[in-house]
Order: sequence, then structure tokens, then C-alpha cells
Amino acid sequence: MRALWQLTWTEAKLYLREPSTAFMTLIFPVFLVLIFGSVYGNDPADVDFEYGDYGFLDTFAPGLIAFVIATSSFLTLSTSLATYREQGTLRRFFVTPLRPPVIFVAEFAVYVGVTATGASLLVVIGAVGFGLAAPAAPVSLAVAFLVSTLSIMSLGVLLGSVAPTARAAEAAGMAIFFPLIFLSGAMVPRELMPDWMEQATHVLPLTHVVTLLQDLWIGDGWNLISLGVLAGFTVVAVAISVRVFRWE
Amino acid sequence: MSDADSTGGVIEVGRLRKVYGETVAVDDVSFDVRQGEIFGIVGPNGAGKTTAIECVMGLRRPDSGSVSVLGMDPWFDANQVKRRIGVQLQQAALPNRIKVGEALDLFASFYDDPADTSALLQQWGLEGRKDAAFANLSGGQKQRLFIALALVNHPELVFFDELTTGLDPQARRATWELVRDIRASGTTVVLVTHFMEEAEHLCDRVAIIDHGRIVALDSPAGLVEAMESEKRIRFTLPEPADLGWLANVEGVHRVAHENGSIAVHGSGPLLVRVATALGEHGLEPVDLSMERTTLEDVFLATTGRELRA
Repeated sequence: MRALWQLTWTEAKLYLREPSTAFMTLIFPVFLVLIFGSVYGNDPADVDFEYGDYGFLDTFAPGLIAFVIATSSFLTLSTSLATYREQGTLRRFFVTPLRPPVIFVAEFAVYVGVTATGASLLVVIGAVGFGLAAPAAPVSLAVAFLVSTLSIMSLGVLLGSVAPTARAAEAAGMAIFFPLIFLSGAMVPRELMPDWMEQATHVLPLTHVVTLLQDLWIGDGWNLISLGVLAGFTVVAVAISVRVFRWE
Repeated sequence: MSDADSTGGVIEVGRLRKVYGETVAVDDVSFDVRQGEIFGIVGPNGAGKTTAIECVMGLRRPDSGSVSVLGMDPWFDANQVKRRIGVQLQQAALPNRIKVGEALDLFASFYDDPADTSALLQQWGLEGRKDAAFANLSGGQKQRLFIALALVNHPELVFFDELTTGLDPQARRATWELVRDIRASGTTVVLVTHFMEEAEHLCDRVAIIDHGRIVALDSPAGLVEAMESEKRIRFTLPEPADLGWLANVEGVHRVAHENGSIAVHGSGPLLVRVATALGEHGLEPVDLSMERTTLEDVFLATTGRELRA
């Protein structure tokens, strides 16, 4: 128990001490809310697509939360895992009585914690600054957030496991991350895309994170297809990771 | 499985073998490490030293042979063994931004009855660097931190893998003192190194590993003594001359040209014979002298290669 707490606390501090990851997870999403909130506002009359009484920011905030999840649980996690393997930190852990499940639970707690912090910051700024509506189903939204974070983490672990070096993980992570956030609806509403492009984005896991969170935010309930797709991605990513993961 | 206390064998390795694909990393290796000694494992890079101790530490499963550590099987009783050993690994860095004090507190939390981390910091001269990030430590400070981490669980047995690689000579000698202190406190030490001088100064016994096999195992003095039947003299000539005849002088085994000087290995009254032969050929060497055999020579003789190329 003491090991779990100490590892979680240390890893959380290390995450926040790294300026680039702390910025991307905590500060940058707030900037985006400030910029998009100022440009588009949150007046339902200004929205071209049918979201009832919800404004632009109400539909955009869940996408930004998906952006925070992708930043921490995919981009940062994959590089961090590959770095720990490359530098021998995992190797060093494995000659102590520390058990792998403890490492897993600690990392999950850290990534959920920083992601939730980043998401909360952007929601609070959005609500105070631009009248962002409260989520229609807050408890379901919290569950969907956990499921989404776990699912994207499994993809981060997969990349961190297959990448031969930390640099390779970072390069591949960037190459996947940027198209992902622009095509999944996290940054650009998919309603604005041409039909063929909108259809094609269904293959991306982050699209389903955006859909899941957005539907629960605006009261459309659970999107079971998106939930199922995320579960499928998670099962496949975990299965491959378990086979290819090397601790050195 | 034998009890470590009754036999004095803290580590018992019998006919250990580990294969990676086509490569035999460790082949038929057997050795015992006794309670309270500093046991050295030396060999060139890729000789199988690290694989051998990784099997002993429970990081790898041997393909065949037996390994017993503190009376337990390090693979099947991994957790029990890991609680009682301390390890400094070659190429095992900490995260750049972790602070010295945080690293010690973190590793202390992995054990049931850890040492007092502030006392460890003081003991290893790191109390002033408690809040320094790992990346900002000097090479010597990093090594002292690794030693402190290896001792955080009061281990009965510690492994040091290339502890002084990358340190300047002064820091290296300071580290040797620290290793002696650890042994003096009753801890058994296994030291993997490719510095012969280090093994010679520190170790009670040394196993020389090459191509996955133990080629010699004795105290440094014993290894050197076994070699003393062969002597070595060294001289320099004021100007180059053909020395092809030197190998035919009685008692000469081998002639080597090293950095402009000539080393002659052989037996019997070697100095007199070589000096006489040189005189007969009209050559007057400068600094003709007999050299002391070192562990490095033993290594060269047993493995046929230089440790540091």
C-alpha cells in the first residue's frame, strides 16, 4: 500500500514537473477555451447544426476533454513508458519487490488524476467565462471519462511497447496524435467535414471518445456503439501489448 | 536446496546455461559466493557476466543448471529473494527530474523494513543534494545514489554491475572505499567489472568469464601466483631493429610490440638471457626491466584478449 501511494505521488510530481506535458495537459486546453470561447461564444443561435439549446462551446468542451485525454494518456504515456524501458528504470524496479500490478494501478491513478484536473480546469474556465452548460448526465459522464481514459491509455501502452526507443515513441506519437485530434472531432466539429471524411473518422478511437462524452454532455445518453468500439480497441491493444511488451 | 547459513554459500550456481536464439550467453558456469566476501566477476564486454548475474538476481530464467541465492531459488521465490538483496544495475537510470530524496523515499517504500533514508543520505554524502534532480548530479553522485538505493532494504547481499564505469580515477578509488565499508558491515558483495585493477584491489575472489564460461576462479593473488611461472620483461630500443631472432632465445615464449616498447614473455632466467642476446646483437636497450604480473596479465593469458581495447 505504501509503495502504491509513494509511486503514485512521485509519478504525479514527475508528470507535472515536465514543462511540456504539464503545459499540454493543463494550460493549453484552457487557452483553447479562451480562444474559441472568445471567437465563437456559446450562443445556441450561432450553431448551424442541430444541438437544440446547446451552444458552440457546449459541443466543443467534450472534444477538448478528449484532447486532454489523448495528450496525457496517449502522447505522454507512450513516450514515458518507452523512456522508462530505455533508461532501465523498469529494469531497476524489477529487481525490487515492487509488483507490476502496483505499477499499473499507480500509473492509471496518475494519468486519470492529471487528465481529470486538465478537464476540470477547462470546464471551470468555460463555465465562468462563457457560460458553458453543465453536463446533462454528470455521473455517466464521469464513468465515460474513466472508460475513455483507460481505453486511450491502452493505446499509449501499445505504442510505448512496440516503439524500439523513446525517440521513436515520441515521433510516432506525434505523427498519430495530430491527425487524430483534428479528424476525431476533438478540435474541428465533425459536422463541418464533408460526408466521406466524416464517415472515415469512425475508424479512429478518439472519434468515439468525443461522441461518447458529447452525447452524455448534451443529454443524448450513452452511445453504445462508441462504447463498444472503445472496448474493442482496448481489448486488442491490451492483448498485443501483453505479447510484445518487454521491460528492457 | 541448501541452507545458506550452514554452508556459507550465499550464492550457489551449478552448471548454469542460458541461450538467446543461436547465441550461448552463459555455458556451464558454476561458482559459489561465500558469506561476507567481495566476489568479483570479470570479463570483456559480451562475455556473459551480466546474463549470469541476471539469472542469479531472478531477472532471467536459466535454460538449465541450478541457482540458489540465500538458500532460495531466485526465479520461483523471486519476491523473497528480492526483499533481501540490493542491486545496482548497469544502464539503469532514474527519471531525469526525480529528486535524490524522492528516489530514496520511493525505493524505501518498496520494502517492509527500510533503512532510515536521511541517515543513508548522510552516510553517502548526499545530504546536500537531497533536492537536486537526478539529471543534475555528477557521475560520482549518481553512483553514490545508486549505492544508497541498493542498500535501502538492509540487504544481506548486494550486486554492483560496472559500479565505477564512467567515473574518473579519483571517484573510482573513493567508490572502492565505499564498497569496502559495505563489506565491513557484514554484507556480501558481488562485483561485476571490466576493470582488472578494481577486481585486484577489492575482491577476495575473482571469476574470469569469457565466451560464457568461467576460465579462471581464485583469489587475485592466487591467480597471479599461478601465472608467475611466466615472467615478462620490457625494454625500448633507441632506434628500430629487426628482432625476429628474439623468439628463438632460450626460455622466450612470446614477443609483443606494444606502443614502441617490446615485451618479452618467457620463463627461466629470462632477464639475463634476453640482455645477453641483445648485447650479442649489438643492441643497447633503454629501460630494460622485469614487470610485475597483474590480474590484467592473467586475464590476457586466460582469455587471449585485451580487456580494454
